[in-house]
Amino acid sequence: MSLTPLSIILALVLAWFAVGLLGLIAPRNVAWVGRTLFPLGAAMGLAMAVAAVLAIFGATETRILAIGLPDLPMHLRLDALSAFFLALIGVTTTGISLFAAGYFRGGDGTAPGLMGLQYHVFLASMAMVVLADDAFAFMVAWETMALSSYFLVTTQHRVPEVQSAGFLYLLLAHIGAISLLLCFGVLQGGSWQFTFDAMRAADLAPAWASVAFGLALFGFGAKAGLLPLHVWLPEAHPAAPSPVSALMSGVMLKTAIYGMVRVSFDLLPHTQWRWGVVVMVVGGLTGLFGAVFAAVQSDMKRLLAYSSIENIGLIFSGLGLALLFRGMGMGTLSALALAATLYHCLNHAQFKSLLFLVTGSVMHATGERSLGKLGGLLRHMPWVAGMALIGTLAMAGLPPLNGFVSEWLLLQSYLLTPSLPHTLINMLAPLGVAVFALTTALASYVLVKFFGVIFLGQSREPTAPPARDAGLLERAGLIWLAATSVLLGLLPVLVLRALDRVNLELIGSSLGERAATWWSVMPLSSERASYSPLALGIGILVCVALTFLLVRRLYHGRIRLCTPWGCGYPQWTPRMQDTAEGFGQPIRRVFEPFFEVQRQTPTAFDSAPKYRVVVTDRWWGLIYAPIIRLVQMLSRWVSFLQQGNISLYLLYSFATLLTLLAFVL
Amino acid sequence: MNALNFALAISETVMAIALAPLLLGLVDQCRAWLQNRRGAGLLQPYRTLRKLLKKDAVVAQTASPLFRASPYVQFGAMALATAIIPIFGTHSLLATSADTIALVGLFAIARVFTALAAMDIGTAFGTLGARREMMIGFLSEPALLMVFFTASLITQSTLLPNIVITMTSHELVIYPSLAFAAFAFVMVLLAENARIPIDNPSTHLELTMIHEAMVLEYSARHLALIEWATALKLLNFAAIGLALFLPWGLSAPGDGGLAIAASLLIALAKLALFCAVLALIETMSAKLRIFRAPEFLGTAFLLAVLGLLVHQLLGS
Repeated sequence: MSLTPLSIILALVLAWFAVGLLGLIAPRNVAWVGRTLFPLGAAMGLAMAVAAVLAIFGATETRILAIGLPDLPMHLRLDALSAFFLALIGVTTTGISLFAAGYFRGGDGTAPGLMGLQYHVFLASMAMVVLADDAFAFMVAWETMALSSYFLVTTQHRVPEVQSAGFLYLLLAHIGAISLLLCFGVLQGGSWQFTFDAMRAADLAPAWASVAFGLALFGFGAKAGLLPLHVWLPEAHPAAPSPVSALMSGVMLKTAIYGMVRVSFDLLPHTQWRWGVVVMVVGGLTGLFGAVFAAVQSDMKRLLAYSSIENIGLIFSGLGLALLFRGMGMGTLSALALAATLYHCLNHAQFKSLLFLVTGSVMHATGERSLGKLGGLLRHMPWVAGMALIGTLAMAGLPPLNGFVSEWLLLQSYLLTPSLPHTLINMLAPLGVAVFALTTALASYVLVKFFGVIFLGQSREPTAPPARDAGLLERAGLIWLAATSVLLGLLPVLVLRALDRVNLELIGSSLGERAATWWSVMPLSSERASYSPLALGIGILVCVALTFLLVRRLYHGRIRLCTPWGCGYPQWTPRMQDTAEGFGQPIRRVFEPFFEVQRQTPTAFDSAPKYRVVVTDRWWGLIYAPIIRLVQMLSRWVSFLQQGNISLYLLYSFATLLTLLAFVL
Repeated sequence: MNALNFALAISETVMAIALAPLLLGLVDQCRAWLQNRRGAGLLQPYRTLRKLLKKDAVVAQTASPLFRASPYVQFGAMALATAIIPIFGTHSLLATSADTIALVGLFAIARVFTALAAMDIGTAFGTLGARREMMIGFLSEPALLMVFFTASLITQSTLLPNIVITMTSHELVIYPSLAFAAFAFVMVLLAENARIPIDNPSTHLELTMIHEAMVLEYSARHLALIEWATALKLLNFAAIGLALFLPWGLSAPGDGGLAIAASLLIALAKLALFCAVLALIETMSAKLRIFRAPEFLGTAFLLAVLGLLVHQLLGS
C-alpha cells in the first residue's frame, strides 16, 4: 500500500475512530478525553486538510475495500470535488476540536468519553460520505452521520426540550434519507449496479433524470435546511452543545451540498436548465426567510441557526445559477457560479463555526443563552469578543474578509444572466439578484444585533457575577477559525485555483489561471470586474492609521472620563438598552406577513404589567400541523385493530393465513 | 505618465477630503436662502470642526476601545471610498481593486462600525439609533446595489471608471432603465446621508433622530472625525450619482493639463448644482415619521429593481 493521499486520508479516518474508542477507557476523566484525545483529533483534522489539498491537485484515485456485505465491496473515490470537501472538513474540525478540548466538562449529560466517541465517529462518517463511490457506502456513511449527530444533539438527554428537538432532527434526517435511497434507485437506471460509475453511465430518460433530481433536492435539502424542511435546525442547534452545533452547522450541512453537487453535476451528466430555476427560486426564498427570522430571534443559538438557513439559501441559489448556465451549455459561466457557491460553503464553514463556538464560550461564562440577559461582555471576555468581531464582520459580508469574496463572486455570476437566451429567466434573474442583495443586507442587521447585544453595552442582568474569558484551548480554536476567515478573504487565489480543478472535473471548463492572481480577482475579464482584497485591506488599514497619526500628531490627546450623557436623563439603568426583541422590532414591522405574532400588551390599569411577544414560524401551521393531524388520525384508525383481545388476534392470524393461501393456490 | 497619474490621483483625493465640509456648508447656505434666512456662511462646517478639534474629548467610563476606534474606521473607510470614486477624472489608482460592489461593502463597514459604537455605551438612545440606522441600511444597501447593477448591465462592467468611459463614449441615448435607477438613487442618497425626509441633520429630537442618536456620546476630535466622515459620505454619494447619471466632462488618464483643469471646473460646477438641488428637495419635503421610512426605502428598492427589469425587457 503506497502512501497516496487516499490511503493517508483513510488512515486518518481510522485514527479518528480509534481516538474515539480510546475515550471509553476512562469516560469520566475530563483531563484524558479533553486534554489528550481532542487535541489529537484536531491534529488529525489538520493532517486531513493537508492531504486533501494535495489530492485536489493530484490525480483521481479509486479504491475498492472488501468490507461490508458479501459481493458488495465498498467503492471509494478521491477526486477534486471530494478532496475539496475533505479539506473543508479538515480545516474546520481542526478549530472545532481544539475548542472542544477545552469545552467539554463533566456534567449530568453524556459522559465526556462517550461523547468523544460519538464526536469522532461523526467526523469519520462525514469524511466517508465524501469519499463514497457507491450508493451502499454512501448511505451507510450518511446514516452513521445522522445517528452519531443525533446522539450528540441529545447530550443533555434528560431535558424534555432536548428530547423532542432530537426526535425532530432524527425524523427529518430519515425522511431525507428515504428520499435519497429512492433517488439512487432511480439513478441506477435498470442496471441494478449501485456504483456511482454505473450511475454515470446509465443513460436516463429526461423525465427520470428530473425525478432523480427532485428526490435528491428533497433528500439533501432536508439535511441542509431548505424551505420548508428547515424546521429541525432552530430546534436542534440550541439543544446541542456548542462545538456540536458548530460541527453540524459548519460542516455537516456542507456534506448535503456535496451530495447535491455530486448528484446534479456528476451522476446526472445531462443537466436541464429547469432544475436550475427550481433550485434558484427555492434557494432565494430560503435565504430571505432565514435572514428575516434570524433578525427577530432572542436566543443566540436559534439566531445563528436561522442564519445558517439563510446561508444555505444563498449557496443553493448559487448552485441553481450554476445548473442554469450548465443546462444552457455555458461552461465558463457555470464554472464561475459553481466556484462562487463552493467558495461560500468553505467561508460559511469558517465563520459560522467560529460564531457557534463563541456562543459556547459565552454560555460557559454566563450560563445564559437568551440575548435579553446578556450584554457588556466585551470588557470581561476581550479574546472571545475580538474573535467574535472578526466572525461577525466576515459573516456580515464586509470586505476584505471572506464572506465578501464569495458573495461578490455570486453577484458577479448573477450579473451574467442577461446573456442567457431565454426571456423567462431574463425576467427572473433581476428578482433573484434583488432577493440575494436584500438577504445579504439583512445579514448585517442580524450580525450587528448578535454582536451588539451580547458584547456591547452594559450587562442586562447587573446582579450576574462577572464573566471570565475563555481558556487557552478554547481560545486557540477560536483564533484558528478567525485566522482562516481572514486568510480566505485576503487570498482568494488559493481557493480559486483549487476550485478550477473541481470545475474542470465536473463541468469541463474553468475560470483559468488569469482569473485570480495573488493580488486580485477578475473572474472573466479585467474590464468587466475586478476586486483586490489585499489592496482594499491595506487601503483601509493605511487610511485608518494615517487618520489616527494625523489626529495624534496635530492635536492634544487630552481625554476626560465621565458618566454617559444619554441626553441628560437623570435616571438610567441597563434595562433601558434595547433587548433582542426591541432590536428586531423594525424587521417584525416591515416583514409582518412572514410571521405569526402573538402579542400581549399591558393596559394602563394593570397592577403587574406584562409584555409578551411570541413569534412563530408560519410553516408549522401551514405544513407540519396538518401532517401531524393526518398521522394522528391514521394511527387512531389503525389502533382500532388493537383491541387487546386474544381471540381477535388469533382471528387476524387465521385471516392472514387464508389470504396467503389464496395467493399461493 | 505614471508618476503624473499618481500625483493626480493623490491630489484629487486630498483635495476632495479638504473640500468635503464645504459641500455641507453650501447645502446649508442654499437651504437658508431658500427659507429666507441669512445662513451661517459657507465656512461654518470648518469653524465647527476647528472648535471640536480644540476641545478635550469627553468619553464615558463605560466605553470600550471599540468606541474610540470607530470614528477612525468611519473616516478611513469614507476616505478610501473617496480615493476610489472618480470625482473629476477616471484616474483613480485603486479603481481596479474595488468595484461598485466593494464600494457598497466599504459603506457597510462604516455603517456597521457606527452602529456598533452606538451600542457600546449602553444608553437607551444609542441602541435606538443603531437599530434605526440598521433598518435604513438593510433597505438602502440592496437598492444601491440594484442601481449599480442597472448601470453595469448597460455597460457590461461593475468598475466605476469603465462605466463612465462606456457611458460617455457613445452618443447620447436616454435609457429608461437608468431613469428608474436615478430616481431610486436620489432616494437612497437622501436616506443614507440622513437628510430630510428620512432624518434631519440639524435637530436632536429624541423621538425622531437616527444618525444623531448614534453619535450622542461623542465629543471633540472623535465627533469632528465623524462629522467630517459624514461630509465625505455626502461627497462620495454626489460623485457616484454624477458619475452614473451625468458622466460628461470627467477627464481620462493621459489627458493634458487644459483638459484636467476644465474637468476640475466642470466637476465643481456639477457639485454646486447638486448642493442646490439637494437643498431644494430638503426645503420642499417634510420629514417622514420613522415608521414611514421603510415604505420610502421600499419604494426606492422597488424602483431600482424595476430599472433592472426594464433593462431586461427593453434591452436598454
